[in-house]
Amino acid sequence: MTRSEFLAKHGFMAAAIISAAVTLAIFIFMALLGYPILTSGRLFAALLGAWQPTLQSYGILPMITGTFILAILAVAAAFPVCLGCAALVSDAAPGLVGRFLHAVVRMMTGIPTVVYGFVGIFVLVPLMREVFGRGSGFSLLTAALMLALLVSPTMILLFCDSFRRVTHSYRQAAAALGATTAQQFLYVVLPQARNGILAGVLLGLGRALGDTMIALMLAGNAVAFPDHLFDSARTLTAHIALIIAADFDSPEFRTLFLCGLTLYVLTTLLVLGVRLTMRLPGRRP
Amino acid sequence: MLHNSLKMLLILFLLIPLLLFASMPTSHADPLAAFEGMKGEIKISGGTAHIPVMKAAAKAIMTANPEVRISIAGGGSGVGIKQVGEGLVDIGNSGRQPTEGEVSKYGLKMFKWAIDGVAVVVHPKNGVTALTQAQLKEIFSGKISNWQRLGGPDKAINLYDRDAASGTRDVFWKKALDKGEVTDKANVVVSNGAMKAAISNDPYGIGYVSVGHIDDSVRAVALDGVVPTLESVVKGFYPVARGLFSNTKGDPDPLTQAFLDYLFSPAGQAIVRDSGFIPVK
Repeated sequence: MTRSEFLAKHGFMAAAIISAAVTLAIFIFMALLGYPILTSGRLFAALLGAWQPTLQSYGILPMITGTFILAILAVAAAFPVCLGCAALVSDAAPGLVGRFLHAVVRMMTGIPTVVYGFVGIFVLVPLMREVFGRGSGFSLLTAALMLALLVSPTMILLFCDSFRRVTHSYRQAAAALGATTAQQFLYVVLPQARNGILAGVLLGLGRALGDTMIALMLAGNAVAFPDHLFDSARTLTAHIALIIAADFDSPEFRTLFLCGLTLYVLTTLLVLGVRLTMRLPGRRP
Repeated sequence: MLHNSLKMLLILFLLIPLLLFASMPTSHADPLAAFEGMKGEIKISGGTAHIPVMKAAAKAIMTANPEVRISIAGGGSGVGIKQVGEGLVDIGNSGRQPTEGEVSKYGLKMFKWAIDGVAVVVHPKNGVTALTQAQLKEIFSGKISNWQRLGGPDKAINLYDRDAASGTRDVFWKKALDKGEVTDKANVVVSNGAMKAAISNDPYGIGYVSVGHIDDSVRAVALDGVVPTLESVVKGFYPVARGLFSNTKGDPDPLTQAFLDYLFSPAGQAIVRDSGFIPVK
């Protein structure tokens, strides 16, 4: 082994160990600081109660619910559009249009979420208020629509990748049997790309769960349990951002670590889900 | 086109020396001269509302005398009082008057250099211009939920609240709502600026901002017949107000004293006004 090979190998190894250790250290840090709550016997009250500081109740269930509704709604809204867009880019559109769309989607991945939030406040919030005529416009639905826009590049790019990986000879075989382009796509490409599509959805869900700015700026942040989509609601991430300025010794502040742990566990589960779906055997046509 | 861009260029050239002039210390007269020959560090922590004023004052002082270093940290009013009391910092800021217990325990001296009023605001097109405190309490507790009951249109009231760590919320809740209940259905925004943006965009919204933040984009509502203006707050007619305090443990040392003197000087009070607060002098 030459010197440079040795350096490269151990350098990369060190980088890998450090990044893994930092991730683990964050988990341990949160677990340690959240320890008083985890062992106080009030864990269930904190996880399943309502947030009413005046009544000494610091439950984060409304925020957990808000996080889930918002993320699932955003991915559900984004899914059909993303699937269509990915199909157009990688399959249906002739060269130039497809390449242009692909470039636009890649550019979208780099837009900071605060920009989406800002546009949302001045365009989408008044629009939602006027169109539906109920609530202030700061609502789960408003945030979900903007969040759908945020997660769509991730989903589109993953969908495109999975469409491209479908073995070309399968399509040729289908074409030889007289299948049209649309039929090839529906009956050959889509079933073959199933795992990739699932992975894209899960990654999109992960991004939607973890985003802070859009929920903080557009969802309204009310601590009440959301009853319908036009209600103002708060996510775990927005809750952390709102409470972080509170007194370090306050019970509000201590529940933040519970929020952090919940988010950490949710994200870990999603990543595990992605890894598993990537490994599933592809369906044979 | 050409004519316009030439004009722009001309304006720019005219502006540059003006800007340079404006950014220079306005006068080397009294307040900053007090720092001449002094050296050392002033440590400040506490109330976050104070920070813009602290920063601007520190910049002016440190530009005039680089030997003086001023460090500014946040933490909140409680932290400021605690830290100055324990001798960790030279000045502890608080957005409320320290309690008698705190003053006697730590031997605090208080310096109130600004007043911050908190006004109820609505959209400029909203027809409601005056509320009583009783109405306000019912609005924020969710008992009055339609503008019609206040003489406005038949539309639901959209409530906007601030996060619990907000000093603005603290004084509003204590003095305007009399520590009354706030419904958990209220939207929560993160700053005075965000509150203004929300209200100026929502014809059926109601919220509250620091009086210094009021401009044409929102309308301040008269409370029990008193319109919140800089003047009514200064004269004490408008009750929802608080002092912005800087506290020291016992008598301040000469350097800290010079800093406090600067806050009360015309230049310091101009900074207070520019930061959206009400000067005390």
